[in-house]
Amino acid sequence: MSPLRRRLLFGIPLAVVVGGGTGFYTILRRMQENDYDPHALPSPLIGKRPPAFTLPGTAGMQGFSNTDLLAPPRPMLVNWFASWCVPCLQEAPMLAQLAKSGLTIWGIDFEDNAAGALQNFLAQNGNPYTRLASDASGLTAINWGVYGVPETYFIDKTGIVRWRYAGALTDEVVASTLNPLLKQYA
Amino acid sequence: MRILIFLIAFLPSLAWAQMVTRDGVTLTQQQETRAEAIGDQLRCLVCQNESIEGSSATLAKQLRIIIRQQVVTGASSKDIKAYMVQRYGIFVLLKPPFMPLTWALYASPFIAVLLGFLAYWVARRTPAPPAPPLSDADRARLNELLE
Repeated sequence: MSPLRRRLLFGIPLAVVVGGGTGFYTILRRMQENDYDPHALPSPLIGKRPPAFTLPGTAGMQGFSNTDLLAPPRPMLVNWFASWCVPCLQEAPMLAQLAKSGLTIWGIDFEDNAAGALQNFLAQNGNPYTRLASDASGLTAINWGVYGVPETYFIDKTGIVRWRYAGALTDEVVASTLNPLLKQYA
Repeated sequence: MRILIFLIAFLPSLAWAQMVTRDGVTLTQQQETRAEAIGDQLRCLVCQNESIEGSSATLAKQLRIIIRQQVVTGASSKDIKAYMVQRYGIFVLLKPPFMPLTWALYASPFIAVLLGFLAYWVARRTPAPPAPPLSDADRARLNELLE
């Protein structure tokens, strides 16, 4: 056996193990730092405007349609939530904080059909929304590609969706992704 | 004869008996079979490793209804899958399409075979060269030892 082949025979499996190990370690570390979620899906809506919809207001607030999202004066968020959703409860303080900092957030209440549930939710957690629509059937959610609540969409000044986050917004997500986006599209 | 006519008059009811109702949508058995075939190829986005057909998630049920409604209106299976991909991305397809993003995925069996050949080539042993014929001295020594 030539020395080259001897070296390859030893080196190739070693390279595979080192490469694979580094890859898996990186994935696990990034998952721990909430930097990477293997279950997160890229939204096909990114780079596009939201699909046509018109949703009625709820809890005494004004609803909205896709045409209201065509040219917001500043970048804004559309937040899908429901009073029955536990992560939405965890997310509420973060949304309140963002609304307080001057970010416009419009809400869409998803399949929330128990009487008074939404009012209770808003009374207990505050209302960060400037407008609040209701998607009682969940059909608009399907057109948006929403697959669970909460989901948050970042819409720039030209009405184009730039980012979708599925799950409760946390300090880390806001610091690592939302704040840079707000700067980029300000 | 009269009985036969009477029975023939009831033939259309057989077609009615073939109607099935699934998730609140009524359709023919044939349409239901097609709807199931489509649903089997789509991923439930909530559970991610189940098909829409096999999942009990609310979203899966809603998508089953949409598939059936579209099947009833005569949409092709391709159109219905395109409808889902437009909303949820290619991840919704349990069998990913062949596209630049999935080239590596589809090439992986061939790459594995190539790597196998490479490993075989690297690890193969060349047969040892035949030993040189014995010299006269060796032969003499051998005879001496054997005697």
